[in-house]
Amino acid sequence: MLLIPCPHCGLRDQIEFRSGGESDRARPADPSGLNEADWAEYLFLRRNEKGLHRERWNHASGCGKWFTLTRDTRTHRFVS
Amino acid sequence: MNRFSAFSLLKEGFNGHRGWARQWRDAVPKARYDVVIIGGGGHGLATAYYLAKQHGITKVAVLEKGWIGGGNTGRNTTIVRSNYLWDESARLYDHALKLWEGLSDDLNYNVMFSQRGVLNLAHNLGDMREAKRRVNALRLNGVDSEWLEPAAVTKFCPPLDISRDARYPVMGATLQRRAGTARHDAVAWGYARAASALGVDIIQNCEVTGFARHGGAITAIETSRGRIGAGKVGMVVAGHSSVVAEMAGLRLPVESHTLQALVSEPIKPVLDCVVMSNAVHVYVSQSDKGELVIGAGIDEYLSYSQRGSFPVIEHQMGALLALFPTFSRLRMLRSWGGTVDICPDASPIISKTPLDNLFINCGWGTGGFKATPGSGHVFAHTIARGEPHPIAAPFALDRFVTGRLIDEHGAAAVAH
Repeated sequence: MLLIPCPHCGLRDQIEFRSGGESDRARPADPSGLNEADWAEYLFLRRNEKGLHRERWNHASGCGKWFTLTRDTRTHRFVS
Repeated sequence: MNRFSAFSLLKEGFNGHRGWARQWRDAVPKARYDVVIIGGGGHGLATAYYLAKQHGITKVAVLEKGWIGGGNTGRNTTIVRSNYLWDESARLYDHALKLWEGLSDDLNYNVMFSQRGVLNLAHNLGDMREAKRRVNALRLNGVDSEWLEPAAVTKFCPPLDISRDARYPVMGATLQRRAGTARHDAVAWGYARAASALGVDIIQNCEVTGFARHGGAITAIETSRGRIGAGKVGMVVAGHSSVVAEMAGLRLPVESHTLQALVSEPIKPVLDCVVMSNAVHVYVSQSDKGELVIGAGIDEYLSYSQRGSFPVIEHQMGALLALFPTFSRLRMLRSWGGTVDICPDASPIISKTPLDNLFINCGWGTGGFKATPGSGHVFAHTIARGEPHPIAAPFALDRFVTGRLIDEHGAAAVAH
């Protein structure tokens, strides 16, 4: 069981959260201006980091807040 | 290598079983191979075997970071089936199932393939409609599939609770009689033994650390056991596909997650088929040792840890007891996790790549074991000919650009 540090509620059990996946992904400002390869990259390609991974979490069954954390995907340890 | 037969078994029986030789050579890397397969799991070993057997390419090495079959091949729940909805998937998985049916003979190694039947339960009206649609789609594709009403379900699988007041009432099930289970370790060992006998070098404790490139092609592979020259390279590394692909300068549309399973203490035979439920999300069968083998879903977050989280186990045990109240006093023996690489459309990638001589086979997600022979067979063809096998062609990497996805996620709900 992960204990996830919600910035609003503190450490809470993982079952209260939904994982939002890789962070820092901005939707292209003008999707219709992209070619298919660039659009596919936005939609489907991820870093899939083995090591430190910046990711989004949502405290869905708690305060509802969305936030970003860095976690080591090898050990599940959160680092600040 | 000894050939297994009733006669050799009898002879060794009189000899105190002292005459059995090692089943495959633990090879030392040579300077160069025509084809190097990265990844000594079931899919990689099968690829090497079919390269040697069907395409006459025997200067082949299989590089394995740990020991063969020590990754997802040894960590799955051993279920084999081909009841996939879409035409492309049905062709691929049924190709594999047909190979399973002759595999023990082909390899001269007992992979303990048992066609005991797989039930997929329907618990509500939506499930029933989806299940019947699937039965019809499968039949149109020539794959065996039946719809069973509740009375027939309980006849086929007596321990299942089909009472009307059950927490998840069983309103029927699909049945694939040709589906079942196989001994997962034996699949790795059998392919390794047969490939080794044809001249393939199986090199363990050999981790890939980088690639030497010249222009648009790979010339050599850097490994923890030195540099190995390669004419062609096949990458079959499941959960670590992104990591190895990045060494070759490629990005893949896969994400790695933990999938876990667990077994109960061994008990006398109680369950002689495989039961799956997508709606309550658990799948269970009984191994020949007597353990119940129980699986469910992935952890939602990215992970390379090979350790699953407890809430998933809690959920799947709750689901199991709702279906089989009689299992309530069973103790669980062990649990484990594996790292699976999941594609956005939950279908695999079997493909050429932007590099001329690099081929990739990945993205099998939570359901790769069942496809092992078929995956190796079509991937060997793809590598040998430099063009995709017709069955593999729809699973090319460029489908994420063209948009021709094979969306089995929605089609199969969750379990694969």
